[in-house]
Amino acid sequence: MTPILELDHISKQFPGVKALNDVHFEMTTGEIHALLGENGAGKSTLIKIISGVYAPDAGTMRLDGKDVHFNDPREAQARGIATIYQELSLYPELTVAENIFMGHAPRRKWGPFSAIDWNAMYEGARELLASLNIHDLDVKRKVITLTVGNRQRVEIAKALSLNARVLIMDEPTAALTETDVQRLFEIVRLLKERNVGIIYISHRLQEVFELADRVTVLRDGQYVDTRQVADTTEDDLVRMVVGRTISDLFPKLPSEVKGNVLEVRNLTRKPLTKNVSMNVRSGEIVGLAGLVGSGRSELAQVVFGFTPAESGEILIEGKSVQIRNPGQAMKMGIAYVPEDRGTQGLVRQMKVRENVSLAVLHSLTKGAFVDRPAERSLAERTIKQLNIRAYSREQVVNKLSGGNQQKVVVGKWLASKPRLLIMDEPTRGVDVGAKAEIHRLISELAQQGLAILMISSELPEVMGMSDRILVMREGRLVAEYQRDEASQEAIVAAMMSDTDMNKTKAVESYAV
Amino acid sequence: MTALETPTTTPEKLRVNPIVQSLRRLLGSQEGILVLVLLVLMAVVGASNPRFLSQNNLTDVFAANAYLAVAAIGMSMVIISGNIDISVGALVGVMITLSGNLAVGLAGMGWPLWLVIAISWAAPLAVGMLVGAINGFFVAYLRIPSIVVTLGMFSILKGGLILVAGGNTIYNLPPGYTLAQQSVLDIPVTIYFMVILTIIAFVWLRYSATGRAIYAVGGNAEAARLSGINPRRIVMTAFVLNGLMVGVCGLMLATQFNQIQATAPPGLELFVITASVVGGVSILGGTGTVIGSTLASVLVKAIGSAMLFINVSPYWLKAVQGTLILITVLADILRRRRQSRQ
Repeated sequence: MTPILELDHISKQFPGVKALNDVHFEMTTGEIHALLGENGAGKSTLIKIISGVYAPDAGTMRLDGKDVHFNDPREAQARGIATIYQELSLYPELTVAENIFMGHAPRRKWGPFSAIDWNAMYEGARELLASLNIHDLDVKRKVITLTVGNRQRVEIAKALSLNARVLIMDEPTAALTETDVQRLFEIVRLLKERNVGIIYISHRLQEVFELADRVTVLRDGQYVDTRQVADTTEDDLVRMVVGRTISDLFPKLPSEVKGNVLEVRNLTRKPLTKNVSMNVRSGEIVGLAGLVGSGRSELAQVVFGFTPAESGEILIEGKSVQIRNPGQAMKMGIAYVPEDRGTQGLVRQMKVRENVSLAVLHSLTKGAFVDRPAERSLAERTIKQLNIRAYSREQVVNKLSGGNQQKVVVGKWLASKPRLLIMDEPTRGVDVGAKAEIHRLISELAQQGLAILMISSELPEVMGMSDRILVMREGRLVAEYQRDEASQEAIVAAMMSDTDMNKTKAVESYAV
Repeated sequence: MTALETPTTTPEKLRVNPIVQSLRRLLGSQEGILVLVLLVLMAVVGASNPRFLSQNNLTDVFAANAYLAVAAIGMSMVIISGNIDISVGALVGVMITLSGNLAVGLAGMGWPLWLVIAISWAAPLAVGMLVGAINGFFVAYLRIPSIVVTLGMFSILKGGLILVAGGNTIYNLPPGYTLAQQSVLDIPVTIYFMVILTIIAFVWLRYSATGRAIYAVGGNAEAARLSGINPRRIVMTAFVLNGLMVGVCGLMLATQFNQIQATAPPGLELFVITASVVGGVSILGGTGTVIGSTLASVLVKAIGSAMLFINVSPYWLKAVQGTLILITVLADILRRRRQSRQ
């Protein structure tokens, strides 16, 4: 079989990150080719290059053996490359047929005038859907009334109406029910028979084995390998995805673990927090691992009262409490360093001083006004303690580097003197130096008796920093490991696999 | 690494001539630019027509339009909180009509004069806070965009006003009612109102926890909420205080002359928004000061007056206002873009 699409030595650099480095990828017609990798491994960047969203900095891309350069997604589409993103890109207020033929509706001419030929469009839409074995979808229905599974089918029909020869599907099963997944697989196999090449991105390993012919693994922007699925095992793939060994970048200091600071029982808030029970003790760092969308941040936000729990119990130092909003959580001694410091952590136009004092304004207030000397000395202390590199406490935070902005957010929460510190991706988008500083700080805080719940997508960080590791998948806690019994392979398997091999164990160990 | 790249360099090494530095800081702020423009305007126009600088004219510029600056204080708070209020003009119309009718009516019923005046002066403030609370409730608690809520309020108040008052003129105001005509130490009370309220609002916004929270909510409501601030209560507070400021504005306008035109002053809300924006209050929320908005309202009125003195048709004033808005918003957007690129 001849390759329809070939990428050689592809590199792509973003400010501060090498997203792809010398990556190779090829696929043949009628192949289902899975693309695997951790969050941030470079999968999204690669498909965006193939679909013309980004231009590569280096390397060549060949379609049917000829070099191609796409200036924008339209050019890629015109050459038969269609992409179905996780967030479907349909127009909810338009009908199924209108969505399928958006931009290339059949037209009818009367002399110099032309208009959309509605009958031809409805007929064409019906034919396309029928060719995918979909007979139960009314082409005149508005897309907003459809289920996620049906919307996805509309997307696939739309891709076919553009005569797609390469179809990229980015985690197509992430939001689907089991029946919808089976129907999707049928459609994908149908497309394969019609010689469409399919790039299939998924975190679920068994889907790869069920569906794909070949699999390519990326890690940290590097090409790892391409294998025939038939010649590989789940263990092989997990090892390829994880790859690294834990460096000693993570200075975990010994600390004395004492009683429970936080305990939650059967905490539920749909859709992404389902019956979660766990605890965090004084002096302990608990790492919370899981894929993006597995419900880790959602759990943190339920505990913090940002999105209060629907049912279940929260205990702080053994006492059952109600947490309905962040203010109440703060009174209980909980602090939450959010995942996205830009939209959730900082008020960018404000100064370092004003950001650091934001969570403790009321305790800093004397009479009617904020106690300025106290506020200034708080800012000075924080800058010193966290080694924040700013011209002065009066500098606007927007002008600081990512690492220093992150330190400001952490400083803001330390100012509230918490007993439990929840950190959501504490080192995302932070350079290596600042990262090590933040890690040392986390360790020191635990040593001082703080209970720390650390959410991270970086396995080495989770494994290097945590006393105990919890794994979430699809809103549930599915595994728990002590520091010495955790391995990257086991954690990745728990994050990705659908078999609940560790579930019973996690529940049992919790019950003790 | 050079000194430029290491912010850790001690501040002492970076310190330049302190006079140059404070000058730079002054001109780096919107307030400084406004003062400078105002001074240049007075010098240039005063040179071509000295009567522009006469006490009568300056009193007119500062005192007769002080009510606009007071309304702009409230508007600035609302805009800083990330919202806008376009019901101000109609609200002022309701206030002055109510105040005037109360004064005439209650006096006619033989109530004691002090009580009549107290009630008719207090009425605009109470109505302002009530309407502010209603606007604030819809915006903060029902999460309807402020531009829609206050547009609705604008129509309701304006329509109601025409139905009830029909654009009449209210005469025979009781003696002692005309507060805004008074002077203390030869300075009209309206100037005291403008200056004192500007200072109080400035200090409160900058140095109180709630004032700081208004900036935080306007700058990033989600971060503020995650920091334990209740954004709804803050937005509500901004709207109620805006209502109070509009109430003072209404009081000043009602008591300015010996009769009251029972209509909404046309274009008032647009002028007030202009003053806030030109004063450096970012239309995107989160930054700006009421000193800026007060200076800007004085400046825009001074430009209007200057046009008369140099024989330019005052109809150009609208175009000048519009140009000023576009320039300041453009400067604000460019500033933000430059910051977020860093």
